[in-house]
Amino acid sequence: MNSWSRFNVTSIVLGFAFLYLPIVLLIVFSFNESKLVTVWGGFSTKWYVSLFHNQGLMDATWVTARVGVISATVATVLGTLAALTLTRYTRFRGRVLFSGMVFAPLVMPEVITGLSLLLLFVAVGLDRGFLTVTLAHITLTMCFVAVVVQSRLVSFDRSLEEAAMDLGATPAKTFFQITLPVILPAIVSGWMLAFTLSLDDLVIASFTSGPGATTLPMKIYSQVRLGVTPEINAACTILIAVVAVGVIVASIANKRREVQRQLDERAAQRG
Amino acid sequence: MSNIAVTDAAALPTVAKPFLTRLGTGFFNRLVIIVPYLWLLFFFLIPFVIVFKISLSQTAIAMPPYTPVLDFRDGVSGFFSGFRDLNFDNYVWLTQDALYFKAYITSVVIAAISTVLTLIVGYPIAYGMARAPATIRPTLLMLVILPFWTSFLIRVYAWIGILKPEGLLNQLLLSLHLINQPLVILNTYTAIFIGIVYSYLPFMVLPLYSSLEKMDYSLIEAAKDLGCPPTSAFWKITFPLSLPGVIAGCLLVFIPAVGEFVIPDLLGGSQTLMIGKTLWNEFFANRDWPVSSAVAVILLLLLTVPIMLFQQAQAKAQEQGK
Amino acid sequence: MKSLGSIRRDFAPWNDPSAKPYIQFDSVTKKFGDFTAVNNLSLTIFEREFFALLGASGCGKSTLLRMLAGFEEPTSGRILLDGQDLRGIPPYRRPVNMMFQSYALFPHMTVENNIAFGLKQEGMPKSDIEKRVAEMLKLVKLEQFAKRKPHQLSGGQRQRVALARSVAKRPKVLLLDEPLGALDKKLREETQFELMDLQQELGLTFVVVTHDQEEAMTMADRIAIMDKGEVMQVATPAEVYEAPASRFVAHFVGNVNMFEGKVAERAANTTRITGATGAQIVVENSTESKAGSDIVFAIRPEKIKVSSKKPTDAVNALEGEVYDVAYLGDMTVYHIRLDDGQIIRASALNAARVTEDPLTWNDRAWVSFRPDAGVVLAR
Repeated sequence: MNSWSRFNVTSIVLGFAFLYLPIVLLIVFSFNESKLVTVWGGFSTKWYVSLFHNQGLMDATWVTARVGVISATVATVLGTLAALTLTRYTRFRGRVLFSGMVFAPLVMPEVITGLSLLLLFVAVGLDRGFLTVTLAHITLTMCFVAVVVQSRLVSFDRSLEEAAMDLGATPAKTFFQITLPVILPAIVSGWMLAFTLSLDDLVIASFTSGPGATTLPMKIYSQVRLGVTPEINAACTILIAVVAVGVIVASIANKRREVQRQLDERAAQRG
Repeated sequence: MSNIAVTDAAALPTVAKPFLTRLGTGFFNRLVIIVPYLWLLFFFLIPFVIVFKISLSQTAIAMPPYTPVLDFRDGVSGFFSGFRDLNFDNYVWLTQDALYFKAYITSVVIAAISTVLTLIVGYPIAYGMARAPATIRPTLLMLVILPFWTSFLIRVYAWIGILKPEGLLNQLLLSLHLINQPLVILNTYTAIFIGIVYSYLPFMVLPLYSSLEKMDYSLIEAAKDLGCPPTSAFWKITFPLSLPGVIAGCLLVFIPAVGEFVIPDLLGGSQTLMIGKTLWNEFFANRDWPVSSAVAVILLLLLTVPIMLFQQAQAKAQEQGK
Repeated sequence: MKSLGSIRRDFAPWNDPSAKPYIQFDSVTKKFGDFTAVNNLSLTIFEREFFALLGASGCGKSTLLRMLAGFEEPTSGRILLDGQDLRGIPPYRRPVNMMFQSYALFPHMTVENNIAFGLKQEGMPKSDIEKRVAEMLKLVKLEQFAKRKPHQLSGGQRQRVALARSVAKRPKVLLLDEPLGALDKKLREETQFELMDLQQELGLTFVVVTHDQEEAMTMADRIAIMDKGEVMQVATPAEVYEAPASRFVAHFVGNVNMFEGKVAERAANTTRITGATGAQIVVENSTESKAGSDIVFAIRPEKIKVSSKKPTDAVNALEGEVYDVAYLGDMTVYHIRLDDGQIIRASALNAARVTEDPLTWNDRAWVSFRPDAGVVLAR
């Protein structure tokens, strides 16, 4: 038993080191005084300062943020509807096709999705730009939202809805007063997932975006191809920090609620 | 009680539709299905039809750079009349140029090797997590998911600084006198393997963890009680029971890895050949839309079987969840 | 309390031909695909009755309840409530309320909001809602828990919130789906009596679904025993136990010994039965079984006396050997293997603290019973 747990601890520690070391190094070297990314030349925040004077990067950040918020919001609505369809309506024509269309984008190579969406936009005569990137991101991320919300709906106690209707609530009222509030946490995490996916996407954005709608990953990518610079490290660090803080805050809040809940439940059992 | 409401309801047609008693009226039901359905049809399925159609077109120096031009403004009849001018030249071209064939094979082989490597790296992590005290499990889970939330591009980029000849790994190995001259890792297939394993590790660990965590530990105890040594108990009990997780994890890594672009582009250098990169170059550098469409169609066909396997696994998991 | 008891004692509308039925299931069938959950079932329930649907899981009792609530529509047949056909009326317009097995308390609402939910749907004025909620909280003794969320309550408290919520609208009928299933044994017994008092106090009609026979016997005025979508017997608890209509009912409720045999002879008041292995049993005439017909004689364990010597006055006495003895505290259960091989279960109340010369394993023993101690059932 003992040797096994030592094995377990070792594999976890090594695994997490592997996962986190590259990110940690990237962050560390964003504070490097030297222009050489791999040689430590002392602590400095000068790259962050120069970052904020880089107009192109700032513009791209603004574009990315807007695309992210809009696409995540629309994707959350569509994805929630798709999740409802998948869990609630087991029999309708084309259900197999529908579930296929929800699950396939999760694993579809991005180059294919990106290319096909671009060809669609060209075919319908839509100019590539802000709108097309947003539409593309909605399509991709709504499937992820659908999966997140669906996994919550599967464990949803249908008798809650029956109870509400039994007490006189119409189906629509039941949905908005009972179902939606109960699955809200899943919907919120679906939104966050959609937002970060949109924030991170390079390939699909490269295909579907046009002049004036360069996203941050596209900007970073074009600079990365020219070589590793501390300035990109700084940009990446900020991006990581934003997402990490968001996720950590959300999960701590979640955890706290959960702990409070358990305490309450224990107290209730005693009382 | 509301007697009025009751009389009201009695005025409904006597043959009641069952959906009246379920959540939602007919209109509401249909809206829930139709909106996402139409969206996915238009933005996911129809684009594939277009990709297929354009893969049969000719390259042209124009905008858009192919003939006959696909234009929905002529109406549906224009769309179909265009089909007469189509041919399979692009596919013939793909078979004649050994480059594409090699790219497909290399992609599949690299993806397969990386999937196995990811499984080997991911399994002990998932196992360790599943056996960790229940109190720290959620934290460990969050730590596995966290990198997934940070940008893919950034995570791949981080490895450039580590792997390049004057990079951190070589500096470390040189200073430890383990090697005399820098290893060439960046711009090789090794770098691609490292990149894929690193980037896709959470996709492997999560399904593995969820199938291992569900497993009843008393099964192992029962096996040991019946005289089975730990190693053999692992192979006879734990591993077979975690197979659904193994399959899901492998598919989640393998399918996107075959069409991967960012990793071979940034870590593999110009010499490495992978189909996602080929498609990208064909499209952006050569501006050959019909050929890149044909490349995409073949890639999609190649992935049909694994994608369908994945969907089956998803549907099964969904059923079990219920 | 005493007056309520006397009301209950005289309450027997099912024996009154002029009594108007309140709930009527009229040849109701419910199919789910190929599976028939309820098969051509007819049943009548009276106003203010405490009615129990008892059966194993999958017998169709829950489906019956859900059809009454409006979550399922019958495939064929009619359900009438107070003379009105319920077909086509959605659950949110039916004057019945249900208490769910899982309680189905809305997790994001406080106790008082849970109770007020149905009243708000009705459009009741705010002040009236507050009054009614306070009244309900008092009724279930949860006044100090009004602001709590469901997860901050114990199992028993949650059960009471669910109850308060379902009676808050003063429904014509309250449906209870395994209302005590999630409670531990002791709490369950207490709550059974609380439910009975509440039903009397509110004067509502209760229909309860349960698989627990003790629960049904304790609470219900009448019990419908169900199997495979059909009603096997509808009767008061005492009738169900003492005069089961079939072998199924006799087996399902309580323990029973069965003697298979033939009617040998029918006299004025008694019938003589020859058991399959030759034992002779004399019973009071309880059926019209003709001589020669195959029957089963069913007798409850506590109606059988066990003694070490042959009783002198008994009409029916059979000899055997003690096969098993189980001391349960309040009583002792004997398994006696008769000389013809049949094993008889008999239970004896331990009225005295010490029994002299108790029967034990392998002792010779006699079992005896009166002619009116059991019932004759068709085979």
